[in-house]
Amino acid sequence: MTSELYQRDREWHPPALAQNYKTSLARSPRNALLSIQGSASELTGPTFGHDEIDAIDNDLLRNYAKTGDPIGERIIVHGRVLDENRRPVPHTLVEIWQANAGGRYRHKKDSYLAAIDPNFGGCGRTLTDENGFYRFRTVKPGAYPWRNWINSWRPAHIHISVFGTAFAQRLITQMYFEGDPLIAKCPIVQTIPDQRAIDQLVAALDLNATIPLDSIAYKFDIILRGSRSTFFENRPEGN
Amino acid sequence: MTQSLDYRKETASQTAGPYVHIGLAPGDAGFDIYAHELGHDIAGPNAKGQRIKVTGIVTDGTGAPVKDVLIEIWQANAAGIYPGQGDVEDGFRGWGRVIPDFESGEFTLETIKPGEVVGRDGRKTAPHLNLWLVARGINVGLNTRMYFDDAAAANDKDPVLTLIEQAHRRDTLIAKGDGETYRFDICLQGENETVFLDV
Repeated sequence: MTSELYQRDREWHPPALAQNYKTSLARSPRNALLSIQGSASELTGPTFGHDEIDAIDNDLLRNYAKTGDPIGERIIVHGRVLDENRRPVPHTLVEIWQANAGGRYRHKKDSYLAAIDPNFGGCGRTLTDENGFYRFRTVKPGAYPWRNWINSWRPAHIHISVFGTAFAQRLITQMYFEGDPLIAKCPIVQTIPDQRAIDQLVAALDLNATIPLDSIAYKFDIILRGSRSTFFENRPEGN
Repeated sequence: MTQSLDYRKETASQTAGPYVHIGLAPGDAGFDIYAHELGHDIAGPNAKGQRIKVTGIVTDGTGAPVKDVLIEIWQANAAGIYPGQGDVEDGFRGWGRVIPDFESGEFTLETIKPGEVVGRDGRKTAPHLNLWLVARGINVGLNTRMYFDDAAAANDKDPVLTLIEQAHRRDTLIAKGDGETYRFDICLQGENETVFLDV
């Protein structure tokens, strides 16, 4: 069980209602959230083991390949899961999903005219190691149009889901790529009020982590809520 | 000037989008990729306690079902113990995921009824499921709880339910049922808007 978590900074996260992201209008609660102090219900959380996840699950170049590699720019996405105290979050589940290199999702509800790639599923998962490191191999997803305004395009992005050790740390976000001009124009990105919080969602090109003549690399650290140090208390549990 | 506190900021949330199933429930997106898809079995085969089935619909502010929602459940076992907190039955995960039927928008989850949990300061909390909702149009995942209408005495003393200022809104967190099957609808916005929690 985690000790109490730092309060989530609701001015850093996007508000529930963001006028320019139209779908949020009818899906945003109008009443204030009820703030509750953490109890076991919030400060415990599920754990996952290596026996449930296959080694190939973090390799999107291979985990759905039928006849060969998928089309697209080969990339490595790697980084660490840390908390606000910069402590690594070990053995936690990281799940990703994304469009293929043409901007098409393998989903029965996606009807974009870009082609499905027979060798690309578009999802992966892994557990962080004992120091919080994770790593995926995939193709760089393409930008794609979506119905917000009549000419809205999502920047290339990878959806990321992370657990942490407490259910109240649960987080889903999206990772963007350095240098993408669509980031500044995206109503979903721009739901976030603080530019520094947006910058934190943009993965940096990491030439040191590339595999020469094979794959380019991007580095993306994920920060989960930190837990309160109980240094000055008599109950040091979870510290 | 002062010294920097040197904390890092939590990564900002972004919507799970319409294709959340690809990542978190690929079988439901229409393809099988993992040998073992996570989240299908909350309680496992050995859990003690009453087996229950909960159905419901998540609706938006216009009253339409939110068919692309994904709900995660986190709960204690029948003895009120969360996995990781103490001994639970072999195979009891306490966590799972459900998505609604793409046509009707109705979700169904099967589990066991949790016990009373010891909360802060040793105070008992009424039996409840912790729920977390993500979907297109939801910018930060929404936390709420589902309580049981046949635990009225415990609900009346529950530290979270009693914290809800407008007493009539407490009912939005209480499932109605017969001890085995329960109904729990979630309303994102509007007259019967569910109470959501900042946890």
